[in-house]
Amino acid sequence: MAAPQFEVPKLSDTAYTDVPKVQEGSMGHIKAFVAGQGPQEFLGYPWQLGDDWKERALDRMGQVLKKYRSVRVFLDACVHCGACTDKCHYFLGTADPNNMPVARQELMRKVYRRYFTLPGKIAPWLVGAEDLTKETLDQWFNYYHQCSECRRCSVYCPYGIDTAEITMAGREILNYVGYGQKYSNEILGKVQKIGNNLGLPGPALEDTLAGLEEDIEMDTGVAVKMPLDVQGAEILFVTPSADFFSEPHVESLIGYAKVFHAAGASWTMSSHASEAGNFGLFNGNYETMRKVAMRIRDAALQLGVKRIIVGECGHAWRVAYAFWNTLTGIGYGGDDPFSVELQKQLDPRYKQPTHICEYTWDLIQKGVLKFDKSKNDHRVVTFHDSCNVARGSRMGDEPGGQFTIPRNVIKSVVNNFHDMAPETIGESTFCCGGGGGVLTDDLMEVRVKGALPRMNAYNAVAQERGVNFLALICAICKAQFTKVVPYYGFDMSQVGGVHQLVSTAILLEQD
Amino acid sequence: MSALTAFYIGLYYVAAIILIGGLAYRVYEYATTPAPLNIPTTPAPTTLMGVRFRMFREVVFFESLFKSNKWIWIFGYLFHVGLALVLLRHIRYFQDPVWFWVEFLQPFGKYASLAMVAGLAGLWARRFLVDRVRYISTPSDHLILALLIAIGLSGMAMTFVAHTDIIALKAFALGLVTFDWQPLPADAPLLVHLFLVALLMIIFPISKLLHVPGVFFSPTRNQVDNPRERRRLAPWAAALEKNNG
Ligand code: HEM
Ligand code: HEM
Ligand code: SF4
Ligand code: SF4
Repeated sequence: MAAPQFEVPKLSDTAYTDVPKVQEGSMGHIKAFVAGQGPQEFLGYPWQLGDDWKERALDRMGQVLKKYRSVRVFLDACVHCGACTDKCHYFLGTADPNNMPVARQELMRKVYRRYFTLPGKIAPWLVGAEDLTKETLDQWFNYYHQCSECRRCSVYCPYGIDTAEITMAGREILNYVGYGQKYSNEILGKVQKIGNNLGLPGPALEDTLAGLEEDIEMDTGVAVKMPLDVQGAEILFVTPSADFFSEPHVESLIGYAKVFHAAGASWTMSSHASEAGNFGLFNGNYETMRKVAMRIRDAALQLGVKRIIVGECGHAWRVAYAFWNTLTGIGYGGDDPFSVELQKQLDPRYKQPTHICEYTWDLIQKGVLKFDKSKNDHRVVTFHDSCNVARGSRMGDEPGGQFTIPRNVIKSVVNNFHDMAPETIGESTFCCGGGGGVLTDDLMEVRVKGALPRMNAYNAVAQERGVNFLALICAICKAQFTKVVPYYGFDMSQVGGVHQLVSTAILLEQD
Repeated sequence: MSALTAFYIGLYYVAAIILIGGLAYRVYEYATTPAPLNIPTTPAPTTLMGVRFRMFREVVFFESLFKSNKWIWIFGYLFHVGLALVLLRHIRYFQDPVWFWVEFLQPFGKYASLAMVAGLAGLWARRFLVDRVRYISTPSDHLILALLIAIGLSGMAMTFVAHTDIIALKAFALGLVTFDWQPLPADAPLLVHLFLVALLMIIFPISKLLHVPGVFFSPTRNQVDNPRERRRLAPWAAALEKNNG
């Protein structure tokens, strides 16, 4: 860990984070790296502001207002009540008022009012309307990349105003005028050109998986397979590419493979669709998101699978659960030829797609998996609800299954489990601080400060209950926390996946 | 007909047209703008009945606000419940005979005005006292609160201090509705009250008062959480499928 260039916030004495006094401009110096020519052009955007950037921006804004009811209603409906002002982890960690959800929206709303509403055209000063200037555009770039699109604010707003939708619209407009973010846009290039966010080509993936198979066999004496591109397999398993080589992600990959092995499942991964993540969500561009999601549909049709299961990843699960059906027809209920084609092939007895936790929990309930919980006895575990899973998706049949099912899996494989404070989990969960396209080193200050509310809650259970393991179901959370917990005095080995716990405790029959 | 009466009659027709036409236009706009993706804030109901119940709780109890901030909830709830009772009590000016439950509500409506103004005062105080809310307040936020308080106080002046000629007012109001115009009693509090109410009607469809239709159209609250079972496709999104399969 390099010495930080900024002041790391102090942990509080309780699980809760005090609401700071507003400090104007305290994060005004933050600027994510701007995308260059290559990634911008690949995505079909300009890469520099042209003379007509303002017209282009307003034009795009008009189009977004016509395409998305969310943006239209949210820009009109806010009453400035202030209920959301203390709900964002970035405000709590940075005290910059533009990180209050309503103020973040206001950056766009003031422009919307000026050009799209009557009072803003006649009396801008009265309603807080402002011209679109280069300064405003810079503020957009700055503060729309200090939002992880975690939707915590939307839980607490009386109208459900979701700042994530505004952030996405903001990034869409920025991209359209040639002011994209390097990190997200480079990844969107890699996933479309190579098949995954890390840019790991097929042969390298094959090698990695073969290496892992050897490791598992050395470890357990059981030949657990990691199949790739198996034609006619029953299950297509799609997971974030970080699972293939990052620590601690790979421990969960081993866990999934062991579960499939123990269940005797016929499964495969795909080199064409070797990435569950979909950064199209972060950019709020429907077409990009659709193109990235199409890889999964293509792979499913090509391999002839009957089920699709998704590994541990928060935003990927939101896209898979809530959007795949719309984008690609993976799911049911469509009567158009496009989706019927896939429905003929998928097995209607299963939910499409299925989350790996749903799959594992189902097997546990059926008694298919055997565990020795005591193998996890060196761990005292707590669970961090990932924002996109908690507030943008579901697992199982009941609302809230996304909270109970992962916990049920954990409790089936460990003896020591304690939840963090109730206001910091479930639908109220705090984002890890690195989601939504913020997981890049150029935004380290944002990431560290944004993690404060979660760190306070974790610290409280660590002090009071001796918790020493933060269980996760998201590749971004895993990457973010391994990097950030050391700033708060914790060891990065305390961070890991739910299926890492499964992997430790599962008993495999020697064959 | 006096010039004063004529002015108020004209004002009220203009205000009514703006209010009704403006709101109808907004509702049309919200209803016809597609919501291309399933984005309910989860955990969300998995059935339409469930969604109706969620919306009912939001509108009648301000459920999310209650989770969020108890002070805003208390003041906001006092204001809105007070307002609702006051408005129901006002129905009597526009009908003859008056429904029995409007009759029944009269004494409650009278004191509801106190709750309404107290709630508004509390909300206004927050705009000065809480630094976060101060930061986000615009002049129009203050003015709308001032407007509502002024409407409330001028109304209460008639209720509790100097009664106006209710019979004549009722004739005037009924006349507006039936196009059989009657003179307006020229009491200062009443003239102020009615002028401000007309102003409120006019700004309604162009201000944040759009939260009233907005709450019903918010996709994070009014969508059913069933994306794996049901495919939703906006018309502009369906067009993409034709272009590139
Ligand atoms: C469906 C009916 C309505 C619902 C569900 C509703 C809900 C809300 C909620 C939840 C708030 C935020 C909390 C607060 O400040 O009270 C609010 C604020 C507000 N409402 Fe309503 N409302 C409704 C009708 C109205 C009507 C008819 C008016 C006015 C004539 C109105 C005027 C206001 C004003 C001025 C505020 C902002 C208060 C402030 O400045 O803090 N509302 N409303
Ligand atoms: C055309 C519409 C309206 C007319 C003709 C009208 C007329 C009146 C009259 C005559 C009174 C005195 C009642 C009495 O002496 O018993 C009154 C009271 C009052 N009005 Fe209005 N008013 C109108 C609209 C409104 C609106 C939209 C509001 C709220 C935003 C409002 C708020 C009040 C309040 C708070 C009182 C005092 C409490 C009460 O007596 O109910 N009025 N109004
Ligand atoms: S979506 Fe999350 S990060 Fe963005 S403003 Fe809301 S609470 Fe903050
Ligand atoms: S809670 Fe909703 S209505 Fe209130 S200020 Fe925040 S975004 Fe606006």
